[in-house]
Amino acid sequence: MSPESFIKVDQVWKSFDTHPVLRGINLSVAAHSATVLIGASGSGKSTLLRCMNALETVDAGNIVVNSELDVTAFNADLDAIRRRIGIVFQSYNLFPHMKVLENITLGPTRVLKKSKKESVEAAMQLLTRFGLEDKAHDYPDRLSGGQSQRVAIVRALAMEPEIMLFDEITSALDPMLVGEVLDTVRELREGGLTIVMATHEMSFAKEIADQVCFLRDGIVWESGTAEQVFESPKRAETQNFLQRVN
Amino acid sequence: MNTPVPGADTVFVDPLRQERLRKKARRDALIGIASLLGFVVVIVLLVGRSSGWEAVQKTFFDGDQFVESFPGLLQAFWLNVRIFLIAEPLILIIGLLVALARTIKSPIFLPIRVVATLYVDIFRGVPTILIIFLLGFGMPALQLPGVPSDAIFWGTAALVLSYGAYVAEVFRAGIGSVHSSQTMAARSLGLSSFQTNRFVVLPQAVRNVTPPLLNDFISLQKDTALVAVLGPIEVLRRAQIDTSSNFNYTPYVGAALIFIALTIPMTRFADWMAVRSARKRQAGGVA
Repeated sequence: MSPESFIKVDQVWKSFDTHPVLRGINLSVAAHSATVLIGASGSGKSTLLRCMNALETVDAGNIVVNSELDVTAFNADLDAIRRRIGIVFQSYNLFPHMKVLENITLGPTRVLKKSKKESVEAAMQLLTRFGLEDKAHDYPDRLSGGQSQRVAIVRALAMEPEIMLFDEITSALDPMLVGEVLDTVRELREGGLTIVMATHEMSFAKEIADQVCFLRDGIVWESGTAEQVFESPKRAETQNFLQRVN
Repeated sequence: MNTPVPGADTVFVDPLRQERLRKKARRDALIGIASLLGFVVVIVLLVGRSSGWEAVQKTFFDGDQFVESFPGLLQAFWLNVRIFLIAEPLILIIGLLVALARTIKSPIFLPIRVVATLYVDIFRGVPTILIIFLLGFGMPALQLPGVPSDAIFWGTAALVLSYGAYVAEVFRAGIGSVHSSQTMAARSLGLSSFQTNRFVVLPQAVRNVTPPLLNDFISLQKDTALVAVLGPIEVLRRAQIDTSSNFNYTPYVGAALIFIALTIPMTRFADWMAVRSARKRQAGGVA
């Protein structure tokens, strides 16, 4: 294993019933880098992300973080995994019966066992950082899609993860609102968080990615720097995909 | 020339159109009232002219009988109210526990799941009145030491067990109505399965099933009268006694009026809750 691989995905297989979704995925992510997963719907991007914080169990293979945390171990400590690896979903999944602030402090108070005061202060700091402080006492149904998604990001950040997984977080948004969410990701990237992101926003991928992986039929078909993959893709399927989305 | 742009909060309705709408609303209201009055007149004429009406009026709607029996009925109704007030919280607790027990997946708790499932199957399958008979006559007959033989106790227990099974199913449906993405989001924050239930799933489940729960409460208010079959003098039993001593059925009508007076406000409240939660869910949008 190369020393710079902070997350190591090794020959991961996953199928739902008889339908194979991941077919021997290999992936290596350096610390404090941004990896962008591209590929058509059904290529396995979401499933891979969900396997990476044990929301799905793999059928075979390993995912190891920092050479010490085996996400795929049979008796893995799920709490530890999810404390260190945050995920944000396409459909926000905010808790509709809780105010924004309660959404954010739920994890820190119940899982990290922080005091109420401490969690509220940290949450307000995060909300202020992302320009959401005036939404703290609103219920999620009062927020726009972009605001909802940013709150969802803050909710994951409140757990102080080392790794953030973004699962097509702008796909459900009005085009006008995509920008504010991507700005948030950009800021996190500059802050040095390790990011793995599935997206259809190719220009953003080009801008932010240290590594781009093109997934097809459950395997990493081609990977490299943004420049390599976007400007001079080696494989016909990659070229074909990029032509269709551009 | 540029078209003038209206201010952001400008509201404009064509006055002619508004006047027409107002006229239509007034006409609709008048038609509704006239139709309703006509309907009442027809019913009164039909019933009043039927050959048996005089006899029915005497036996069911006797003013003197009503005045004489009503205070006693009200007093007896207090027992119904007490049965209801004791049964209701117990039903909620049992319903919730049984619903939760049926969602536990851990293999070591299989016995709990089996017992909960059997309980629901049995008590939902047997008519409530039959459960009241079986418990009310059967349990005291066992003469177990320390087990009460009081009819009110066993009547209430039977209601609790019967309704508990129904309410458990309502809660279970409520738990199922919370989208799985909510569970996934909670688990992704590191919440345990118990914490996910406690803080994320159950609060939403309870809110979703409040209207059907209220419906069951209304039903329970009426079914307190079933305890009469064991002998305690609640409102139905009281009416029965009055009826058989005077050969006049007016006390039954009195008892019915008392039940209606209690259930109608509750029904309107349930309707209001249902409308409100439907509106909320629409506003809530994406799960």
